[in-house]
Formats: sequence, C-alpha cells, structure tokens
Amino acid sequence: MRAAELLHPRPEGLYCPPGDFFIDPVRPVARALVTHGHADHARAGHGSVLATRETLDIMRIRYGDHFSASAQTADPGKSIRLGETSISFHPAGHVLGSAQIAVEMGGLRIVASGDYKRRTDPTCALFEPIACDVFITEATFGLPVFRHPDDRGEIARLLKSVSQFPERTHLVGAYSLGKAQRVIKLLREAGYERTIYIHGALERLCNYYQSRGIELGQLAPATVDDGERERFAGEIVVGPPANFAERWARRFADPVAAFASGWMRIRQRAKQRGVELPLILSDHADWDELTQTIHDTGAGEVWVTHGREEALVRWCEINGIAAKPLNLVGYEDEGD
Amino acid sequence: MDRFAELLDRLVLTPSRNGKLKLLTDYFAEVPDPDRGLALAAITGDLDIPGVKPAMLRTLITERLDPVLFAYSYDYVGDLAETVSLAWPTPRDTAGAVPRLSEAVEALMAAGRVHGAPVFAGLLDRLGASERFALIKLVTGGLRIGVSARLAKQALAAFGNVDITEIEELWHGIEPPYRPLFGWLEGHGPKPEKRGAALFQPVMLANPLGERELDRLDPADFAAEWKWDGIRVQAVAENGRARLYSRTGDDISGAFPDIVEAMTFDAAIDGELLVGVPEHGTGSFSDLQQRLNRKTVSSKMREKYPAFIRCYDILRHGTENLRGAAFRDRRQRLETLVAGLDPARFDLSPLVTFSNWAELDRLRSGPPHPVIEGVMLKRWDSDYVAGRPKGPWFKWKRDPHTVDAVLMYAQRGHGKRSSYYSDYTFGVWSGPADKPELVPVGKAYFGFTDEELRQIDKYVRDNTIDRFGPVRAVRAEPAHGLVLEVAFEGLNRSKRHRSGVAMRFPRISRLRWDKPAAEADRLEALQELLAKEGG
Repeated sequence: MRAAELLHPRPEGLYCPPGDFFIDPVRPVARALVTHGHADHARAGHGSVLATRETLDIMRIRYGDHFSASAQTADPGKSIRLGETSISFHPAGHVLGSAQIAVEMGGLRIVASGDYKRRTDPTCALFEPIACDVFITEATFGLPVFRHPDDRGEIARLLKSVSQFPERTHLVGAYSLGKAQRVIKLLREAGYERTIYIHGALERLCNYYQSRGIELGQLAPATVDDGERERFAGEIVVGPPANFAERWARRFADPVAAFASGWMRIRQRAKQRGVELPLILSDHADWDELTQTIHDTGAGEVWVTHGREEALVRWCEINGIAAKPLNLVGYEDEGD
Repeated sequence: MDRFAELLDRLVLTPSRNGKLKLLTDYFAEVPDPDRGLALAAITGDLDIPGVKPAMLRTLITERLDPVLFAYSYDYVGDLAETVSLAWPTPRDTAGAVPRLSEAVEALMAAGRVHGAPVFAGLLDRLGASERFALIKLVTGGLRIGVSARLAKQALAAFGNVDITEIEELWHGIEPPYRPLFGWLEGHGPKPEKRGAALFQPVMLANPLGERELDRLDPADFAAEWKWDGIRVQAVAENGRARLYSRTGDDISGAFPDIVEAMTFDAAIDGELLVGVPEHGTGSFSDLQQRLNRKTVSSKMREKYPAFIRCYDILRHGTENLRGAAFRDRRQRLETLVAGLDPARFDLSPLVTFSNWAELDRLRSGPPHPVIEGVMLKRWDSDYVAGRPKGPWFKWKRDPHTVDAVLMYAQRGHGKRSSYYSDYTFGVWSGPADKPELVPVGKAYFGFTDEELRQIDKYVRDNTIDRFGPVRAVRAEPAHGLVLEVAFEGLNRSKRHRSGVAMRFPRISRLRWDKPAAEADRLEALQELLAKEGG
C-alpha cells in the first residue's frame, strides 16, 4: 500500500484511515493517539485517548479527570491493534512519558516521532531509533546553525553566575512541563543542594515528576511578602518564561534573567527577550541529532513537520533520501 | 579562547555597568597572562591583527556547507559572523585542547594577510560555536559588546584598587599584553614607568553648580569663561611628536591632521575642539559631528569643516610641569603661548568679566553665541587636578530647552527594568492644523522617578494599540494621549529621522497628565530652534 493511504494530514491532525485514529489532533476527535503532554499536542475533549501512562497522568493534571471520554494506556514497545493497523509507542526522549508512534500495516511501517531529542535526559527515557519505511520527523531546530552544547556546561554557567552575583536573584525561565524539571534535576546532578524556588505553575508537575521517582530535591514556592525581596538574593527561582518579563518578576532582588531554551543559541533572540544569561538547553533534537536519526531509522522516505522543514528536506535531497514537508497546522514551532 | 568567548557573550547581554565591571574584574583575576592582556586589548581596540573580510568568511563557509543550507541559515540568523560561527562544521578528527586566545592571536599574526585564510579556518576547526564567534569578531573588527575603552580601564582600576587616572596616565606608554600593568595591579611588580613622548594627562573636570552654592562663593575668587559646545580635547606635543586626545585619552589625531600639523609648540594644551574659522565664526555641534568618529579625513571635509581648538588651559610647557601652578598663572602662560600659534587652528577661550553672580546669570541665560551652552567658573588659585575635585571648577549651564511631546511607543527596559516599559519614543504634531499627525522626534529612558515609571508603565499597558516584539504602540491622538515634557541640550539636523531633527541628551523632565495631547508642541517649534542654533 502507499504510505499516504496509511497516514495523511487532515485539518484535525495526522489521520490514519485504516485505523480510524488521529495522532496529536488539534481539534476534538473520536480517537486520538497522543505523543506527549505539551498543550499543542495533547488537547482535551477527545472521545478516547491512547497514550503512555505518564502522558495520560499529565493530561489529567492539566485538564482534570474528564480530559477525555475514555483513556487507554500504551505500554512502551507493546503492539496494539487498531482497525487493520498495528500500533506501538516507543520512547522519544523529549519529556517524561513522551513517545514516538509506529503505525504498521501490510509490511509498511511509518514512525511519527512527535517531538524528540537524542541526548541523555535524567527526567525521561532515552530515544530509541525504530527502523521504518517512512519517518515523520519534527524540525523545530532544523537548521545547521542549531547544535546544542553539552547540558552540564550550560548548568555550570548558571552556577558560576550565581557565585559571581550573590546579591542578585537568578530567575530561570523554563517551560513548566519537562524543561523546568530537567533544569532542576541537572542542577542537583551538578551538586547544587540549596532549596530551589518555583513559580506556582510548576508545582503540580514537579510533584508528579517526584512521584515518578525523579528526585528534584528541596523545592519551595517563590512567594514573597512585602519587604521581603532580599530573601531571594543569591537564590535560583524557576518559572515559566512568560512570567519573567511581567510584573511577577518585580518581587525579586535585582534579578538576572536566564532562559533555558534551544532558541538561546541565537544572540538576537536572547537580546529581544531581555535575557541576560541565555542557557542553551533544548528538549528538541538539534541539527546533528535530526540528521543522525534519519540515518538511524533507515527510512527511505522522510516527512518533515513543524519547524524549518525546508532545510531538512534539502539535506535529505543531498543525501539521496526522498523527503517532503508535511504541512500540519496548529503546532507551536517555537516552543522549547 | 573559551573564557574570552564566555566573557564576550556575557558582556553583550549584561545591561548594568556594575555587572559589566564585575565580569571584567573576575576575568582579569581568573585568566593568566598573556591571554587577559590580549582580551583587554581586543576590548579597548588596541589589538591589531590581520583582518578577514566578510567575503572571505562566505567563501570559507560555502566550501564546507551546502550553499542552500547556508542561505537558509543566514536568512534565519541575520548576522554573517554568527551564522558562520554556528553553522561551521567541526571535523571529527580534531584532537587536543581548545587553543588559548594567545595561541590564536600568535598564529594569526605569524600567518599575516597572505596565509591568513587557512590558518583562520584551521583555528575555527578547533573551536566551539561561541569561541568561533569571538574569533570571527576579533578578525573582522569591532566586538560591539557595549564596553568602552573607558569602562575597561575602570575595571582595571577596580581590579588593582587604584584610581582610574593612574591607568589613563600610563595607557599610551604600554602595549598588549600588558604584563607589567597586571603585575603592578596584582601587587607583585612596580608601577610601569610612563614611557614615550606626548602622552595623555588625565583631565580636570568641573562639577555642576547648585544654585544655592553661589551664596557661599565669592565672585572675586573666580574666573568665568564661556562653556563651548564642542568636545574636550588635549593637544600634546613633545620631542617632535604631536598627539590629539579625547577627554578619556583616546588618540584622535588621525581625524584631525589640520590641527596636528599646526601643533608647533612643545606643551600640553587643554581646550575645546570646534569647527569653523575662529575669527569668522564657530560652527555648531552638528558641524563638528561631521568630523568626529573618523579614522581619516578627506581634504574636502577639511575644507568644509575646518577644525580648531579654543584653548583654556596649559598643563606643561617645555619640560615645565604647570599642573601645580595656580590657574591665574597658567592662564598667563597660555595667553603667551597661544599668541604665537596659527590663529586658524588655535585661539584663546575669552574670559567673561562680571562683578556679581546676578550679572553672570544674565550673561549665562543670554549668551552672545549659539554654540555657548553656559559658563565655566574656575578658581583663580586652583591647581590642575585630575578627576573631578569638588570646589575649584564649576559648570553653570544654560537652562535646557524643553518641548511638550506625546508618548507614541514604549519599549521594555533591560535588567532591573525588564518588567517595565521604560524607553519612550515621543513625537510632536505636524501637518495641517485640522488633520495633525504625530512625527517621532526622539527617545528617552530616564529623567523620571521610580514612582513615575510605575505610572507610565501602567499607562502603556492600559493604552496599548499594537505590539512589535518588545515594543508597544501607545494610543496617541489629539483627544487622548500622554504628554511628556522633554528636556534636551540642543538639536541636530538628522537625515535618519522622518522629522529631520535629532535631540541631544533628551530626558523626561515632567509628566504632563494635566495637558491635553492636542496642545503638545508642533514640529515647527523645533525647526525654528534648529534654525536659530545654526545647525
């Protein structure tokens, strides 16, 4: 059969006619397969959701118990029959519970990567390359300018700045699912033992990560009463980046604005956001990881979605791999 | 190289002066010779290594990366040096440590311009992305990290716990990588001797005069001079070597050959650099700007904007150091010296005679020439002391100009102010009276109190009509808008601004919540002022 008959884009998301399901639909559908818990991939209101246990838990935390009419847990690596197709979930290394989804029928296998990265992340399972005929890859950082540096080096820069400016509060902007917990965990691995203060939006997800055995150490809410701002001098506060340029940040002593994101590779991005200490920490594959993964899957055909599709398609052309951009709508190609 | 790259990365994003000083002093303390000295030279613009042209960068990268992928990348990043530093493919077989800054500089120096490209590419192969960016900036000229030579010297002074004037005094006699300087600052070496001829001497600065201070001062103790709106310079000639320095000790001789050629004396003269022909008239600051910030100057430019120095002090004559002499005596020596110089290039700053403060105040408010921005008061008995001592010299400026303008755009601040809209673009009315239109005339980000900042910030958030990244457009109509009283020192003609004027030193002097936006000033008012100033 032709690959496009097995999976193709529809306004709701990537659709599989023989299995009658959507992958990461952006609108309510009867049956959804969800790769991971980020809001643009995991939406509330579907008839049924099939996802990993962690992704279902995260959806429950974010949307409440009735996020979907029914929910089914997918165990990593185990096959499930849906219609005429066989489905399996495999670790994607993006955030806790994130998975790639392999869809198979009549000897043809397509793997939808969801969002992924290749490097070791102490807060989630490592990406597993799955051999396939067609690989659907994300391309958030799909340009040769994006090569993420070593995580430990970035955390070391943060800790150095904390020791250089002990009179200031270091505010680390990090998305509340995945990045925030990873930053905290990496700080712990680097030997930072002080209490880390968190914005209220992070609390439930941090608790959940801890309940899944990911030790984040001593955390406390970053709340201040009037006249107490000196309390956070010399401390690290982690919160969603959107709050950092807002009035919320005014409570802290002469803050150093840090932002943990792959976008911080580009100086102008850091400048525009008023970031003083950019931390290049990404939950997405960088250019080398993207191209390496395409090799690793052995796919003869690559579909490229959300991000810089054109450059990755060009790379495939040069390397003799059939490739095309897959125009899926509704995903943030800026989130990291 | 990695520490240098890290320093540059942090400096460029650190908005506060104290933050920059801390980063620099920590760097000087952590990094050994000769790397720290070379880094210092790179920052102060004293490191002269063979340059690489942007075209060569493009050639090098497209030999290594598919031109289409490079084009996508450049298009996205927008900056050539940054794109190349990020997209440069690192060969797998590079072994060994990241080269030190000194190693990189030595290799480039040894290669010279002929073999520069392969050596440069070889270095890039051995570096990470940040270090590649630093190296590319180094060889393409211009670090653009928001650190002036003056700030770097300030950091040296803080590092060694000495006064900045001591650093400025030494500066032109020492060379990268400044080992003796660091040795002295760290307390394990002697203070470097001042070497060479025609060195810069740190200048004496005046304090602004507080109105109440006049009561305690006796007019008979002071000489008064006009305060000319040019730039402060020091003209030093010694043993056949002539140099022109800015007030912070930057050598600007190259831009003013007309003056340097006329430095036929052996002395150090303190004065105001202006353009014009002294006997016929003095040009405006706009005219002077045509001559500033140039490495060289064309003969056409020299003809159109001839430069001269209006002399007001003398620090040395021959071998005689006059800095310990009283102003009264120095002034006499100066008058004698200037009388023998080319009158097209040097004239004497005239003394203003007055018998009481009220009289001087009147003169100050209505000066005889538009290029005068107030008066200077100097104690007849004052020594020439480097820095800004309190008491001997005062500047008494003409009151600033003000204009009532309407807030048009607000931009987020940096650092402490990153949660506030604190940089304001304001405009005045233009066009027909029945259909007026605001045209931006300037931008200001200080002059208000913290409480006023909070009020404006709230106003901006409540009246936003559009957003462009960190900038918000604010509602500004004849019937609805915030009027800002803006104070400024003068106007320049500007081709860059749609209004045709650019303000000098604009700041918010008052918030006019009471004033309807329709009653803010019109552009014609500024154009009149511009015409009057002769700009």
